[in-house]
Amino acid sequence: MLLGTLIYGFVNSCLLALLAMGFNLTFGISGVANFSYGAIYIFSGFAAWIFLNSAGLPYALCVIMAIGLSATLGVLIYHVVIKRVKGLALSEVMATFGLGLAIMELFRYFDFVGFKYTLPNLIEGSVAIGDVYIDYQRIAVILAAIALTGFIYVFTHYTRTGLAFRAIAQDERTALTFGMDSDHIAALSMGFGSALAAAAAVVVLPLGTIAVEGGYDVLLNALAVCIVGGLGSTVGILVASVLIGYAQTITANYLEPHWMMLVSLIAIAIVLCIKPSGIFGHQKELEERI
Amino acid sequence: MSGAVPILSVQGLLKTFGGVTAVSSVDLRVKKGELLGIIGPNGSGKTTLVNLISGFVKPNGGEVLFKGKDITGLPPYRIVGMGMARTFQMVKPFYQLPAFKNLIVPLCSPRIKAVLGGRYGDRDAIALDLLEEVGFERDSNVAYKPAGSLPQGYLKRLELAKAMALRPDLLILDELFSGLSLAEVASIVPIIEKLRFQGKTIVMIEHRLKELFRIADRIMVLNFGMKIAEGAAGDVMASEAVKKAYLGSEAG
Amino acid sequence: MKKRKERIDRGIKVRSEDIFALTSYREMIYLLAPRALPVVGLLLFVPLFSPYWREIFISTAIYALLAISWDVLVSVGLISLGQSFFYGVGSYVAGALNHYWGLPPVLTLPVATIGGAAICTIALLPVLRLRGIYFSMVTLVLPLMILRLVEATRIFGGTEGLTGLSPFPGQLTEMYIANACLLIALFGFRRLLDSDYGLIVRGINDNDRAVMNAGLNIHWYKTQILFLGAAVGCFAGAFGTHHDMFAGMPGFALDYSIMPIAAAIVGGTGTFAGSVLGAFILVPLSEILRALGALRIVFYGLFLVIFVVGIPEGLFHYIRRKYHQFERWVDVE
Repeated sequence: MLLGTLIYGFVNSCLLALLAMGFNLTFGISGVANFSYGAIYIFSGFAAWIFLNSAGLPYALCVIMAIGLSATLGVLIYHVVIKRVKGLALSEVMATFGLGLAIMELFRYFDFVGFKYTLPNLIEGSVAIGDVYIDYQRIAVILAAIALTGFIYVFTHYTRTGLAFRAIAQDERTALTFGMDSDHIAALSMGFGSALAAAAAVVVLPLGTIAVEGGYDVLLNALAVCIVGGLGSTVGILVASVLIGYAQTITANYLEPHWMMLVSLIAIAIVLCIKPSGIFGHQKELEERI
Repeated sequence: MSGAVPILSVQGLLKTFGGVTAVSSVDLRVKKGELLGIIGPNGSGKTTLVNLISGFVKPNGGEVLFKGKDITGLPPYRIVGMGMARTFQMVKPFYQLPAFKNLIVPLCSPRIKAVLGGRYGDRDAIALDLLEEVGFERDSNVAYKPAGSLPQGYLKRLELAKAMALRPDLLILDELFSGLSLAEVASIVPIIEKLRFQGKTIVMIEHRLKELFRIADRIMVLNFGMKIAEGAAGDVMASEAVKKAYLGSEAG
Repeated sequence: MKKRKERIDRGIKVRSEDIFALTSYREMIYLLAPRALPVVGLLLFVPLFSPYWREIFISTAIYALLAISWDVLVSVGLISLGQSFFYGVGSYVAGALNHYWGLPPVLTLPVATIGGAAICTIALLPVLRLRGIYFSMVTLVLPLMILRLVEATRIFGGTEGLTGLSPFPGQLTEMYIANACLLIALFGFRRLLDSDYGLIVRGINDNDRAVMNAGLNIHWYKTQILFLGAAVGCFAGAFGTHHDMFAGMPGFALDYSIMPIAAAIVGGTGTFAGSVLGAFILVPLSEILRALGALRIVFYGLFLVIFVVGIPEGLFHYIRRKYHQFERWVDVE
């Protein structure tokens, strides 16, 4: 039981981190809160499914195409919608939220509902650790989370574009004077965030079915992790994922699976009371803005 | 207020942003009715000092006493309520509102009720009077224009009027003259002199040394967040440290 | 030769701006007609419809109240994505009082309004200190999580909810209560935000630093506005609960968040009249489009995007401009 809790808690933590990473990255770089995040997540799931089942392409190609398509969608959303209202927090939130709704409900309208909408596991089978069995897909979740975290770290610290990302995140105006195109970077950040959402989708979705509700759940989970960890902080996301992930697994194992969702709610409540900006949040309260 | 207790007394004030020390153990005292000028090269911590005193930024150490009471770390609205008002260097009025309506917000302050004992008349009328005091011509309609359409000179006056509306005992003016022409500065100086005549205590952060030296009783010089000189204008400018700070960092 | 559009205030507007300038019935009508329109419409005209449409207009009023509640919060810069939080809390408070203690609607409505608003305000109080999108995030997450909470813990009837609640005495009575409250909220909040208090509230949205520097406690003002906005939302919830004779999980569902926001955005924010106008367009429209099913929500979503990006002023501002100004093309150079 203990070993199982440890392992599955870790899987759950990695899963949450995967889900929250894209939302957080986009916000951290360009300050764009992409409330259509959940929609992009299920979009890539359905896209992969269509490529696989209707076009009959090899699965690896489907995955790559789904990720590429989602990234394109993200960039497109930036250029068509967000760019026109950039800087107006109200409008950004409303526009992306509305767009996400439209995309998700469109899938429902076209009857993308049912158990047939599943993605195959990357590798079938499972392995035993001690007396706990864990399937390869869950191991893939762990590996994907670690790989993507590492990738983001290397990318933002060692590549030109990544450094530009960080520069814009730290001080947009100064970055502009150095000739960086903040629009371009913001569009890229949307693309990147969406690609991460898609990557999370192809790794996580094989564990269940692709459903419209899943899109809402993903947005919900991503927001919960970001609220607890602190928006814009990668470390915060990881810490919050581990906290919530383990707390959820422990609740599910020792109390009742129904109570799992309560964990996030309680975590949010506690964080809001103690440190409203999140554990690692440097969300500007008034003082730093002067 | 007895003459012995300074209206504002700052001891060992310290503020660091990350690894950078913006203000390091600054002491300062302002007597009632005095006009203190604070000068220093760019980035010397003047505005941070004002932010610390007025409660907009919390200090890492040291204390601020206002009228003998400890106000360190109090939120700005409490400090305003005790009778300290400040202006901002970057003026940001409520752009859509007519200029005089900008004064309604400070006129709604509990401070006004405390000072006037609830017997204040029409807020609009008070606002228009205040604007006239700072040089909005009564016979023109400039006080009724949207604040966003006003030129910089009027915006600075509006900023001053907003602080004056709070009936402060201590007024802190953060670079009121910056961005203004010589003529505009010359027209604001009498307003400040009049405020002094009314017994207000004033602290001015300035870059325009000539105008400041004419009206200030005392000058304090900051550099790299530290006080490097204090005293009468002539003495301060003669000091070696000040010469070095100004000539060294700004080359003239 | 280039042309540009010129907008000029109608003479009658300029003259009727001050009360002492009203010299003719024409000018009085000019001023009063827009204000009388919703009153006459809601109290005299709407009750003439068939019971089926009356029903729709009752739910329109509920959505309009939620839209007003949203607009109240926006006035101080709080962007709620979870109007259903207020609706759900109001609904469950009224439902529980009625279900467990048998209190009549006369009592449950006010108690749910005030008590529910207090609960919502306390729940959201910590977020008020943060700027930006935190409020949106938390309000979006809260109601959906509470849904799960109700489902998991089976409190208040769990998934079945509280059923068999007292209805209102009759459809017309119900309609008059809804419309009268809507009018009170509409004109009350318009008046409040036009006062000096409203100036402070809008000032906080515009530039909170300046308001703090004026010796005002912005958190206290934000709390007050949050309470007022929540009260309107909770009233809508309590009313809707007695209307449906049911308090349950749908109260916290996204529907009660999306429709009011869409209504306020389509109608135009900042005036409350825009929210009401938007609700009276969208809710009946959605009834007509009932056959479309899920596609309706797609339309709301797209409405949101189109209006936010393309027509940010909303319909009400557009109509108001047409009423007060005329436009003409003039030559440039």
